[in-house]
Amino acid sequence: MQVKVWGCRGSLPTPGPQTVGFGGNTSCIEVSLDDGTTLVFDAGTGIVELGFELARRGAERVHLLLTHLHLDHLEGLRFFAPMWDPKVELDIWGPPSPVSGLRERIALAFSPPLFPIDVHDVPAQVRFLDVPREQWEVGGASIYGDLVMHPGPTLGFRIEADGVTIAYVPDHEPALLGMTGRTRDWISGAGVAEEADVLLHDAQYSAAEYEQRIGWGHSSVDDAVFFADAVGAQRLVLFHHEPRHDDEALARLEERACELCGDRYEQPMLAREGLVVPMPAPTR
Amino acid sequence: MGERRSKHLVLILAREFASNLATPTAIADDDGRLVFYNEAAEEVLGGRFADTGEMEMDEWTATFSPRTRNGDPLPPERRPARIALNERRASHEQFRITSRDGVDRDVAVTAFPLFAHEDECVGVVAIFWRE
Repeated sequence: MQVKVWGCRGSLPTPGPQTVGFGGNTSCIEVSLDDGTTLVFDAGTGIVELGFELARRGAERVHLLLTHLHLDHLEGLRFFAPMWDPKVELDIWGPPSPVSGLRERIALAFSPPLFPIDVHDVPAQVRFLDVPREQWEVGGASIYGDLVMHPGPTLGFRIEADGVTIAYVPDHEPALLGMTGRTRDWISGAGVAEEADVLLHDAQYSAAEYEQRIGWGHSSVDDAVFFADAVGAQRLVLFHHEPRHDDEALARLEERACELCGDRYEQPMLAREGLVVPMPAPTR
Repeated sequence: MGERRSKHLVLILAREFASNLATPTAIADDDGRLVFYNEAAEEVLGGRFADTGEMEMDEWTATFSPRTRNGDPLPPERRPARIALNERRASHEQFRITSRDGVDRDVAVTAFPLFAHEDECVGVVAIFWRE
């Protein structure tokens, strides 16, 4: 399995000289399985470049899994090259809503005045699918999605394949519901992140910034490290960077995470565009 | 992975909500297992959740000998939490209990199911009103 980061900025694309180190594109990661299956998680602006890459590879079957439909996880979809190729079969998985279907909700982004082309005029063979409540199989991967603490229905994903387990929880505020003194089963997101070899997790704020943004749905670096420790994740990859943080500020947050982590498990690292996440040796 | 690795988010939210309420509140999961009651409920029930821990709701309820004001045992099918769980509807009942501290108390209980989706009940909330 290979995990590549195509976008890791939170909330808003942030291009510019101050962010070239970690990148300014919003959330998107690619998970490539040993059997050739390509899984794409989230459709922030990072998915645009990935789309061109998939087109170059001639990909005709793509699985896109959306954690939720906030714009920074969806806005790249309209410019995702496979959407515009009639040969492509694209399965889009997303969180079930008690109110309306996934297609209906995504169609809002494909309609005037936001966009000139309607979703039913997209040439690719697109299927819109609710993420099931139980673990399910896509290609050679077992995937589990569970609701996590963030405004609106939002999923975290657990992907088990090729002997490793990764968890992708880009938007998550577990501290709002308490972590200290809680057993693991009472911590939001623990079900997807428990004992993961690699955990990509929201770390949008410094601890001081978080104090001003409690309830906004995101974590501080401190809370991300605490969460990773509480659920027994091996390697923490800090994700969903605050738009106002330039490369220097992010580097300081990475240092902070390493200080907090001590020698409890592998040192945390910040996600950056183009990063191929170092994977542990398969053990299962 | 067969069973859930952690509580449903709705139950975690409900617990956090109950933890901050001054109204006695208990929460059970979709199997009818009592998973939490708050400090206000500890006062009414005469025992701490930390000492009780998770247990079957019917077993837990039975320890309080719920009965009508006439002293007749209140059968499970009239207990609000059981109704909320089995029939997926809100329910309310007045009855008498003997708390763990040995004190008889008249209470009213309102229970309602927690639906994460229209067809997915993940548990129930029971609220105690002191009479």
